This record gives sequence, structure tokens and C-alpha cells, in this order.
Amino acid sequence: MSGSALELAAAVRRGTRSAVDVLDEHRAAIEATELQIHAFNLVTAAEARAAAEEVDRTVAAGDDPGPLAGVPIALKDNLCTRGIPTTCSSKILDGWLPPYDATVVQRLAAAGAVPIGKTNLDEFAMGSSTENSAFGPTRNPRDLTRVPGGSSGGSAAAVAAGFAPLSLGSDTGGSIRQPAALCGVVGVKPTYGRVSRYGLIAFASSLDQIGPFANTVADAAQLLEVIAGHDPRDSTSIPEGPPAVSEHLLDGVDGLRVGVVTELLGEGIAPDVAARVREAAEALAAAGAKVEEASVPAAIYGLSAYYLIAPAEASSNLARFDGVRYGLRVNAPTTNEMMIATRTAGFGAEVKRRIMLGTYALSAGYYDAYYGQAQRVRTLIARDFAAAYEQFDVLLSPTSPTTAFAFGDKTADPLTMYLNDVCTIPSNLVGDPAMSVPFGTGADGLPVGVQVLAPALAEATMFRTAAVLEGAAP
Amino acid sequence: MSDRISRDAVAHVARLANLALTDDELDTYTAQLADVLAHAADVEALDLAGVEPTTHPYPLTNVLRADVVGPTLDRDEVLAAAPAVADDRFSVPTILGEAP
Repeated sequence: MSGSALELAAAVRRGTRSAVDVLDEHRAAIEATELQIHAFNLVTAAEARAAAEEVDRTVAAGDDPGPLAGVPIALKDNLCTRGIPTTCSSKILDGWLPPYDATVVQRLAAAGAVPIGKTNLDEFAMGSSTENSAFGPTRNPRDLTRVPGGSSGGSAAAVAAGFAPLSLGSDTGGSIRQPAALCGVVGVKPTYGRVSRYGLIAFASSLDQIGPFANTVADAAQLLEVIAGHDPRDSTSIPEGPPAVSEHLLDGVDGLRVGVVTELLGEGIAPDVAARVREAAEALAAAGAKVEEASVPAAIYGLSAYYLIAPAEASSNLARFDGVRYGLRVNAPTTNEMMIATRTAGFGAEVKRRIMLGTYALSAGYYDAYYGQAQRVRTLIARDFAAAYEQFDVLLSPTSPTTAFAFGDKTADPLTMYLNDVCTIPSNLVGDPAMSVPFGTGADGLPVGVQVLAPALAEATMFRTAAVLEGAAP
Repeated sequence: MSDRISRDAVAHVARLANLALTDDELDTYTAQLADVLAHAADVEALDLAGVEPTTHPYPLTNVLRADVVGPTLDRDEVLAAAPAVADDRFSVPTILGEAP
């Protein structure tokens, strides 16, 4: 396509390109290959056109539309858009039009960005391949026989396919970083509380965070700065303003202490992926970083803890989908029968599985053994990361244990699918930021993502590390 | 593996979660939930007496806003999204006379 988000915004602000022209170019790309890829649940062509025309009018009037002027952006379909269907790729929200915009959607509009559609996801963001979408899977633009990852598979594919230079996803256990790795783009999970979740349909509230996808580290930095910052409408929003990431992007890593997490580089990690992570570590060392092995012993318990905590929170959050106030209703003689019929028809298999797992983990007699124990493990993991960050400024690991896998490979056995999230889950449990940067390919020629992890609020350090990796990528 | 969770327990949990399962689904879910719970045995086996649970990444406290009237969602727009409405309210089938 015609350039990075930053280049497009600069051209639109200068008046050398119109936002409508930029939009038309990306719509042509969508028309060319979207039928094969299925990144979108909905392309909002008319609304995008109106937004682009508004940007052009602002420029013509001599005003500045903002840092993302005229940049098309794709939105994960669990972000509320006023008057535009928002489905979570679930039948249970059939026909629902949100009565408000998510805070991130408002901030994008204020920055001059042009939303072009709602992207496909695993139903309610539960999955690692988009195969759990009620509307069919998204295909990986790098290889149409492979999954794009998930749950934000549509958002990753939209950027990888050139449908939009930017997109937003949500990350509860890796749902931004893993699809970014599998599709060969940049994906960022910011610090918990960094980005307002007002208008993000909740999956697991102590873990969910919204974040950017982009083709370049600099584009992702700009998008993060636009969407981050305190929001009084989200009670978990931290008081800090947006992180100053872009201005430190080229600061380099000279003297930076980098730890390669040994627990996330052993068993279960494909050798070709592990080799790329080691190469990335060498590239940082060559750029002046002090690279050593790091140990986060409790990280190995992250997967088990996550698959108790996230379903427990989901079982509570998804209780609201009962056929009363929005979306699907399957009629029945009594309210209780109506609720059961609606939920049974409206939720897919994976969502039901996690609701039941979570309900069980919270039920009398099991609460302490499962949910309580998982929460104590969360404390252990946080302690181990805190100890690691006394010695290191950032940590390095694979994003995903393998490159993109084939459709159907992991759908028969849910646990096999869950194992995909082993490297990304710890950051969600602890609340720290982490991002995936493309770094070469695996033995199959498909993209490998290297994960940069940083302590809470240290996005600037994380991004400048990622920028060095981007420049050194094979 | 299915000693981790019984078929009856899965049926009970489905009732609590307002989900109806067929016999086949009950078998499938029992096996799958047992697998996931078996994986969680590593966490279950840890001696964590004295370790405080973490419910949230940060020690957040309740946040209160000033008690002043602000903008709210438009009632008609909210009700327009509901499956059934009567007299400006959400409408549901009968609720009395049901089993608890």
C-alpha cells in the first residue's frame, strides 16, 4: 500500500493527499481480497466516506484534523460503535446497535482517524485462531490455509492484508500479540488501565486491555498515544496521561539490561521460533544492550491460573446476555425458560465451555481449590516478574510457541488450543505491558513474532527495544 | 481423567449458568472440562498458605464521582435495542409461578 499511517497522516495534514483518496485506495484493497480473507464482520463504507470527507473539509478550512488525519482504521467487533452493529462474532448480539461509542472510538475520531469496519474475532474474544467466530474464520493473509491467530484475528489480518494501516484489538491472554505474531505485524498490549475500556464488551475484567495493531513500531506508538490516557468512565483507568512513546522511539538500547526468559524458551516452543528469539537477543546485544538469561519461575503456572481466572470472570460478565435488554431473544413461556433458550441458542461451544468452567471454579466447595488458588498463583507470578525487573529493564520471549497453524489443527482439543497462550498470559495476569514485533520467519516461511515485556508503565522502554528489533529483523 | 469432574457436576453447572445441554454435549463437555482441570492440577498442588490472593493487577480502590447530574444514554435509543418493550420498559414473559 501507499505508506505507513504516519506518512499518510502527514500527507493528509499537508493537503498533498485527500483522506477520501486514501480511503478509496484501502477500499480497493478490501474489494480485491476480502472475500478470501474475511477480516471484517462489517465494512462501514458510508460512515467511513463521511468521516474522510469531514477530515478533508477540516484541512481545506486550514485546521488540523489530528495526528491520525485520514488514516483508515479497523475496529475489533467487541468495541461499541454507536448505531453500528457490534456483535462480538456471536449470534447472541444479533441485531444489536450500541447506544454509545467506546472511549477509544471517540478518541480516534478526535484524532482524525477514519474507522472503516468491524473485524472478526473468536466469539467474545475466546480463542486463539478466530475459528470460534459465529460468522466463520478469518484467513491468514500470509497463507490462506493457515489461521491468523486470535482472538483479534480479523484486526491482525486487516493490517497484514493492507486493508488498513492500523487496527485495534483487545488482549485478555494474548489476543493482540499472538495474532500479530502469526500475521507478521506489530501488536501491543499496554499496561492494565492505560487505555479506557469504556465500550469494550467485557470478557475477563481483571485482564482485558485494548491495544494497537500496525505495520510499524512507530505507527503503533502513535496509535497508543491517541487512545491512552485517563477516562473517568472506566473505574479501572489509571490516572496517568498517555505515555510519551514516540519521542523516545529512536533512543536505542545502549546499556539497556535485557533478560531472555528461560522458562518461556524451553519445552513446547518450536526450535525455529526459539532460534529467532535468540537471534533477536543477539541483535539487541549488538546494539549495545546487556543481554543475559532471566528466570521467572512461576510463569510456568500462568496457563493453569489463567484458565481458571479468565473463565470465572467471563461466567460473571456473560451473565448479562439473557435476552432481556439487547440482542437475541428466543421466546418461551416463562422468563427463566426464555433466558435458557436464548443463551443455549446464542452462545457457541467455546463460550459455553468457558462459562461452565468458570461457574465450576467459582462454585461452592471448589472456589478455594481453583479460583482462590489461581489468584494466589497470580501473586507468585507478579513477585517473580518484580524480582526479574530488579535486574532487567525489559524481558524477551517468543510471542507464540509456533508460527501460524492450519485450520482444524487444534479445534478438536480445547487444551491444545489453550497451550498457544503460554508466553502471552503472564503479562495479563500481572498487568504489565508487552508487545510482539515481527522478526523473520520460521522453517515454513511464515512470520515469527518476538515478544518484548516491560514493567508497568514502561511502554517507552518497551517501544524503543521493539524499534531496534524492527530495524534488525532478518 | 473424568474423575476430575463428574457428569452430574457439569449438568449442575450448566443449570447454574442457564444453559441447556444435550446428552452428547454433556459427555463432550465433561471430558473437556476434566482435561482443563487436570492441567490445573499443577496449580492445585502448590502449597500457597500465607500467599495473599491477587484479584487485580493493581491495588485499586473504589472510585466515586461527584454527585452531580451528567449526560446519560438516550432512553429511546436503549429501548430500541431491546427484544421486547412495553410502556417504556423492558418486557419479559411471566416470572411468577416458576420453580426457584
